Amino acid sequence: MIQTLFGTVEQEPTLLDRLKSGVQKTRAGLVGRLEDMLQGRKEIDADLLDELEYTLISADIGVRTTQEILERIRERVDRSLVGNAAELENLIREHLLEILQASEHAPARVTQPPAVMVVGVNGSGKTTTIGKLAHRYLHEQRKVLLCAADTFRAAAIEQLEVWAQRTGTEMIRQKPGADPAAVLFDALQAARARQADYVIVDTAGRLQSKANLMAELEKMRRTAARVIPDAPHEVLLVLDATTGQNGLEQARKFTETSGVTGIVLTKLDGTAKGGIVVAIARELNIPIRYVGVGEKIDDLLPFDPEKFIESLFSK
Amino acid sequence: MFDNLSEKLQRVFKNLRGEGRLTAENMEAALREIRVALLEADVNFRVVKQLIENIKQKAMGEEVLTALSPSQQVVKIVNEELIKILGSHESRLRFANDPPTVMLIVGLQGSGKTTTTAKLARWLSRNGHRPEMVSVDVYRPAAREQLRVLARDLNLPVYPGAAEETTPADLARSARKDAATSGRDVLLVDTAGRLHIDDQLMTELQELKEQLSPVEILFVADAMTGQDAVKSAEEFHRRLGITGVVLTKMDGDARGGAALSIRHVTGQPLKFVGVGEKPDALEPFHPDRVASRILGMGDVLSFIEKAEELIDKKKAVEMQRKLIENEFTLEDFRDQIRQLKKLGPLESVLSMMPKVGMLKDLKNVKVDEKEIVHVVAIIDSMTPQERANHMIINGARRRRIAKGSGTSVQEVNQLLKQYAQARKMMKSFSGGFLGKKLGKMKLPMSFEM
Repeated sequence: MIQTLFGTVEQEPTLLDRLKSGVQKTRAGLVGRLEDMLQGRKEIDADLLDELEYTLISADIGVRTTQEILERIRERVDRSLVGNAAELENLIREHLLEILQASEHAPARVTQPPAVMVVGVNGSGKTTTIGKLAHRYLHEQRKVLLCAADTFRAAAIEQLEVWAQRTGTEMIRQKPGADPAAVLFDALQAARARQADYVIVDTAGRLQSKANLMAELEKMRRTAARVIPDAPHEVLLVLDATTGQNGLEQARKFTETSGVTGIVLTKLDGTAKGGIVVAIARELNIPIRYVGVGEKIDDLLPFDPEKFIESLFSK
Repeated sequence: MFDNLSEKLQRVFKNLRGEGRLTAENMEAALREIRVALLEADVNFRVVKQLIENIKQKAMGEEVLTALSPSQQVVKIVNEELIKILGSHESRLRFANDPPTVMLIVGLQGSGKTTTTAKLARWLSRNGHRPEMVSVDVYRPAAREQLRVLARDLNLPVYPGAAEETTPADLARSARKDAATSGRDVLLVDTAGRLHIDDQLMTELQELKEQLSPVEILFVADAMTGQDAVKSAEEFHRRLGITGVVLTKMDGDARGGAALSIRHVTGQPLKFVGVGEKPDALEPFHPDRVASRILGMGDVLSFIEKAEELIDKKKAVEMQRKLIENEFTLEDFRDQIRQLKKLGPLESVLSMMPKVGMLKDLKNVKVDEKEIVHVVAIIDSMTPQERANHMIINGARRRRIAKGSGTSVQEVNQLLKQYAQARKMMKSFSGGFLGKKLGKMKLPMSFEM
């Protein structure tokens, strides 16, 4: 039935089969394995630490952060402060919490109306997050204005418009292909005139390595500040929880060009743990503001470090 | 892609270079570095473990006793292992005997399915097919509109769907009928993004598969995915039996270790990579090229292929001759810039170059495309005599050229200086090692911006 037009389909190498069976042993959840690991073991030995390293890395926490945690544990083991494996979990939790809480700081007081710019790479969930965010603000009896500044991607404006309708929010738009800074300018002026409490700005997804697109964000910032002093007051980086170590680079570059003030971690309803935010908090001191946990309008929750760590440790 | 990984490995091998031979000790250090590099590149840790084990065995085994230096040997072994996992052959799309061939595009939210669908349609139509597209994403706001806009820009048909067709099954059924009656040989079905653990939506995909008997089920995966890549890929494969993978967003700086992870957990080949937002930014996946790129040898093959496609060979040969005979004029300089421009944004051209030796610093070069426009304008504003012999361009001529090109005398001066440098540089290259390299590539590309 199936013909191959361009050549034959290759045989699956046996190596793959072997690797496959190895990967299948992977169990969801940090602590699933931690528990397995700790079961029946009282001593902390090199094997256990190795296993622990793998466990932390599998949550995308990253090699550096993982090694730092292990260093701490080794130290304590050497000083006999941690005698048994059961104390390990608490130690790890404590350390993670420390990292996450260190980056927490309250949003600065801002001039009205606050402009919230939402940035991120392609497909991270910016538009959906804006829909949910608008819903949240409206719930607080705030008047929200949406700004459709993703003028690049096909049907991005329409997508935001659907969210505007769902939430009953006004939206400022221009034609596809328009200068995003111009749309932003319009939106901020409209926000002033209509006395909106919040302006939420959608931006086109962009990979942080594209210098010209990142420069566009800088320009948008400058434009915003011309209409409302200190705007944008909040710049939220939307980060997909499935993102691996590149997330750190995303946070770094977006912060450089657009002054990220907080992170929204999306798609946490899958099996990905989003551990990269720990590395981000640790290295860049950027707080996580919200987490996205589904496609429904109220599936956006304020970030709670303790719960987040709990989720890292749950299956 | 993979830049950082290749840098890491290079450092490892640099350290190895001083050693006379591979020993358990120096291999241990190298393996540790390789392991960290692979983990930082988001290769799944189980996969890394296996890889390291394989590399270790090979390195310690009899294969050590060859004529290669230790570093060359490790490079070779790592390269071979990576290729082995990525797949030793370039994989192509398959088609049904009985058209239309249905291809199902599946994946997580935000992986790039809709963009990939449009890119595939364009690719197929460029390769002698008559594709039609349909979006069965009835969930995400404006998802179907997105595909419609993309299809319109490509001037390719998309099945619009009737008002009463509200389910993916309805839409797919009518689309296939439509494709068959309008003589389309491939139907690309863009599905809604979903989580692999969403049982209801995964069942929906299984039903679509049953209904459409697709020849290809392509799993679209984001190159930035971390350790979780194995879980989602594995589950999609378990439920659907995917036939291939499209790795998207490879134009970013993600190291793309997910490619290795997905390839091994599913055993299915990577067929395409997405390298940009434009509809033509889709390339067939070349495992060997990616592996050599991981090792820092650069994606030279892709680059040459692209260059050959676009650059006028006769001109290039002529340019070489001129270079060697020192007849390289400003006019040639302009031609060269124009030819390079055809390769695409210069930054992506540069990113394809090997990051070794004297080209190492290229990755930090930020190319201002506007500056190139200025350069061309300046040369355009010169008289033919001036272009043939830059020595005659005196102060008055410089002022005239600046005025004519809408630039400043400083910019004209700078260009002339750069041109003189390029000339000098090329002359020195033409005899040396790089000259030979570039000669092989039939590509004069060593001017400085």
